[in-house]
Amino acid sequence: MSEFFQYVVVGLANGGVYATLALAIVLIHRATGIVNFAQGEMGMFATFISWALIYHHGLPYWGAFFLTLAIAFVGGAVIHEVVIRPLARTSELTVVMATIALLVILNGLAGWIWSPEVKFLKSPFPLKVLHVGGVVVNVQDLGVIGVSLVCVVLVFCFFRFTRLGLQMRAAAVGPATSRLLGIRVTLMLSIGWGLAAMLSAVSGMMAASQLQLDPNYMLVILTYSFAAAVLGGVDSPLGSVVGAFLIGIGISLLTGYASGFLGTELQLPVALAVLLGVLVLRPAGLFGRVVVRRV
Amino acid sequence: MALLELDSVEARYGQIRALHGVSLAVEEGQAVSLLGANGAGKTTTLRSISGTVRTAGRITFDGRRITGRAPESIARLGIAHVPEGRGIYGELTVWENVLLGGSSRRGRSAVKQDAEAALAYFPRIASRRKQQAGTLSGGEQQMLALARALVARPRLLMLDEPSLGLAPTAVQEFYRVVRELNREEGLTVLVVEQNARIALASTQQAYVLEVGRVAMSGTSADLAKNEGVRASYLGY
Repeated sequence: MSEFFQYVVVGLANGGVYATLALAIVLIHRATGIVNFAQGEMGMFATFISWALIYHHGLPYWGAFFLTLAIAFVGGAVIHEVVIRPLARTSELTVVMATIALLVILNGLAGWIWSPEVKFLKSPFPLKVLHVGGVVVNVQDLGVIGVSLVCVVLVFCFFRFTRLGLQMRAAAVGPATSRLLGIRVTLMLSIGWGLAAMLSAVSGMMAASQLQLDPNYMLVILTYSFAAAVLGGVDSPLGSVVGAFLIGIGISLLTGYASGFLGTELQLPVALAVLLGVLVLRPAGLFGRVVVRRV
Repeated sequence: MALLELDSVEARYGQIRALHGVSLAVEEGQAVSLLGANGAGKTTTLRSISGTVRTAGRITFDGRRITGRAPESIARLGIAHVPEGRGIYGELTVWENVLLGGSSRRGRSAVKQDAEAALAYFPRIASRRKQQAGTLSGGEQQMLALARALVARPRLLMLDEPSLGLAPTAVQEFYRVVRELNREEGLTVLVVEQNARIALASTQQAYVLEVGRVAMSGTSADLAKNEGVRASYLGY
């Protein structure tokens, strides 16, 4: 049984990484109706920036962490202004293609700037284990869970309790009406892209503290995060977070108990097959949006 | 000088011209109706003013030319446009909808106070502020849209067919508040209506549009007596 809880803690840590990225994907999808395939690479690029800040510029980890968040925010807003906004009047497919182009560009750029060889971003959390009632818990995992949860809660509070957050939600669900109320919709979208980039950066930096850092390490995480967003309902921020933790735990249990006969190659396919099964039964996802309308 | 002036305003949707040179004026403190059949250009006139359709000609608000400005910047000058279909955020709560009316203003607590004051006009929705706005009836949504517009403290309130799809009692209640706002608070109102009877009874001036032009104008009392208006728009 203690084994089970160990797997759950590991799963929650992975889930936190997926949750922050899935939340970023859902924010963009709600605001602009598109899926940003470059979301993971934005996180990867930001993580390389944090690595450079630590190892080339001598910043302490948390200094680099927060400076990277600020840079990511600006970068996300600039990407919206320069790449996405000019395409606003074209089809959604065009915009999605643009995000795929961004994925490739950021991936290539990171390899070119920082060389494609593997790097290590040391974890900000001590390499210690705690024994909690027979369960061995890794402090690094707890740190990743904590940071992810704090970010997710902060984002929810921002949208729920601040004026700017409310205006951003309004701009996302009713841009035309919002303009009539004097809301600067394009500014709201740029802020949204900035926030999403920050969340991706958190995801990237937390993932890099567990994995090695190279230009491709976020691709698998992006796949799981997409799966989490779809599982939770791609329009439901809460659903995407719940979906992310479910997927994290599910994969961790699968690896823990079934790796003997499944092998690591089948991890991703099995996880996605389970996801497909869920979607066949519940196409809108677990938290699919239910809007009551009366005309 | 009038608060709002339109001088030979033209508007088009793609190749189709919807306005062929509309000129009208709304004085500060006045309530003005814009009447006309379907497709006469009433909605397009309001959309020209709020900047949501491309126009040629000259529109001035408070002496300032607003033609070609973005809708959000026109709204920030003090023009509140309650669009056709009301533009309610169905998935947000009633209270959130009302608060959003103050988006162009500074000062969180002042906006909250005004939101309370605006809701006080409509007890029926005030008691349901935590409800999803999409669950309100048509009449209640119209009231919500008006309450939301008031939170902006507009200098000009534009209403597009507020009576559409509403029960007769809801129409009466809605226009009672509009008259009160106009007469007691001095709010300037420009209202587009198919229901000419209630519009003429609630305003001082009126314009009749026909195929994108002003066909007739005068005081609402005079137009209500006019044979042509009676035959075409009042039906008696």
